[in-house]
Amino acid sequence: MLGDDFMQRKIMMTRKRYLLLAAALIFVAVLALSLMLGSTGFGLPDIRTGTGRALLDLRASRIAAGLLVGAALSVAGCVLQTVLRNPLAEPYILGVSSGASVGTAIVMASGLAALYPLLLPLGSFTVAIITVVLIISIAQRAGGSHMPQNLILTGVVTGSVLSSVLMLIITFAGTHTVRSITWWLLGNLQCGSWEMLAICGVPIMLSILYLTAQANKLNALLLGHENAHNLGVNTALTIPLLISVATLMTACAVALSGIIGFAGLIVPHILRRRFGSNHCFLLPGSALAGGLFLLLCDTLGRSCLPPHEIPVGVITALSGGPFFLYLLTRKQQ
Amino acid sequence: MIELRNIEKSYGEKKVLSQISLTIRQGEMAALIGANGAGKSTLLKIISGALPAQGKALIQGRKIRSMAAARRAGIIAVVPQEIPSTTPLRGYEFVMLGRTHRLPRFGAPGAADREAVERAMASTGTAAFKHRFLSDMSGGERQRLAVAIAFAAEPRIILLDEATSHLDLNHRVEIMQLLRAMNRDQGVTILMAVHDLMLASRFFDRLILLQEGKIIQDAAPQAVLTEDILAGAYGCRIRTIQLPDELGTCVVPI
Repeated sequence: MLGDDFMQRKIMMTRKRYLLLAAALIFVAVLALSLMLGSTGFGLPDIRTGTGRALLDLRASRIAAGLLVGAALSVAGCVLQTVLRNPLAEPYILGVSSGASVGTAIVMASGLAALYPLLLPLGSFTVAIITVVLIISIAQRAGGSHMPQNLILTGVVTGSVLSSVLMLIITFAGTHTVRSITWWLLGNLQCGSWEMLAICGVPIMLSILYLTAQANKLNALLLGHENAHNLGVNTALTIPLLISVATLMTACAVALSGIIGFAGLIVPHILRRRFGSNHCFLLPGSALAGGLFLLLCDTLGRSCLPPHEIPVGVITALSGGPFFLYLLTRKQQ
Repeated sequence: MIELRNIEKSYGEKKVLSQISLTIRQGEMAALIGANGAGKSTLLKIISGALPAQGKALIQGRKIRSMAAARRAGIIAVVPQEIPSTTPLRGYEFVMLGRTHRLPRFGAPGAADREAVERAMASTGTAAFKHRFLSDMSGGERQRLAVAIAFAAEPRIILLDEATSHLDLNHRVEIMQLLRAMNRDQGVTILMAVHDLMLASRFFDRLILLQEGKIIQDAAPQAVLTEDILAGAYGCRIRTIQLPDELGTCVVPI
């Protein structure tokens, strides 16, 4: 028995080492691909010219935005799925991203975004957190937020209402603002400046750090709220805090890159199925894999149909939509 | 020590517990018995602090609901009725949940945590389940792991809600003997909601009989498990037979 245990542990350690090596290699490969591939063709931009330097700067900022936004959406999806005990929970499907986009659009339409960029994530977070509270309370009144259909239906309907609010904002906005809101809404990683990246990136990274520190509590929450309470989790405080932090990450991601759907669903699901749900590995794994996934989608979007560029939100929706339907039908069965 | 004073609990209009006053001293091994809906599980939830109630629920002289979560989990461990088969964890990760209140925020569990988990898994005969997912286990195997979680927590009190009902005879007796040994050797208080009256009579020193949310008997098994008392509590005719060699009382419904 002890020999079997030793052998199994050895096999798992070897697997983990190979896995880490493979992850590092994939990371480097995707990073290199993303830096070299674009609508202008394959290869590193010539940094001796001003245009080349600008192109390199542009691609580097896109890579940083992709890694940050992908990590934020995947980790937020992972946390929401565990806390709400709902495998289909995800910022976009739940309508949280729509709430965040309304907040961001209000700030953009008011013209304050250019003067105070910090207002973008702030406005985004304010409306997103109101949306989350609203969705969970409605779903609970409808029979329990842990029931996938209740939560998803409430999220979809709230998302539709918020989309109409967004249309209303666009209707009353000026021509220039309409163009920037529309382009941003499609979901793209061309966030504009390194300053904006820092403003949204710091809360995202701090949130990932905080959530990683809560990994053991998230593991306990896998058994349900009452069992987590019995295992020493202050559920009355921890659950609202976890939801708020997941919302903050989503809000920052939306303020940075618009609505990018399904990234928070695909990545955690694949990782859970392959490696289990121990959040000590799942959260950092989701952050890394989520970042890489979005980077890959963006690279594909800006190089597959040159000189056109397909927004990354379109690519994730095209791949994530069918994946969501597959999960939904599997769940029903 | 568990101390309950005038506990009252209602779900909406329906009163489920009424005027419950009870003291369970440290090191006691007591069972809550009674028909379905008598209030056993609700009482356990109030003692664990999961449910609010009117009256006073004290653990070691302190109000359970105002204790810090980690401190409370260090004193009381709860074994639930059933663990969901969809729990996406491996056996070892699952039992490590018993150490949630002691684990470091960052980094791997310490040596003391690992040793406590290894000990708990060895004593509950679940060491072979370390690397298996819970979804690949039978209900009985998952339930033994649930008991292992409580052991890994190294608590002073263990509350069990029908925790052995999914186990076969062999494992049921094994778990009860383990609980008995913990109670005897380490002075751990055991309070368990039980439906199996023969099991209750064999392993517990004290039986607390609930009927419609009230305590109607609280005494040694021989005093509680009589045909008249049980017939009144369960609403059916019952024959009891005293077994030799301290094997308890055989309870047969007629």
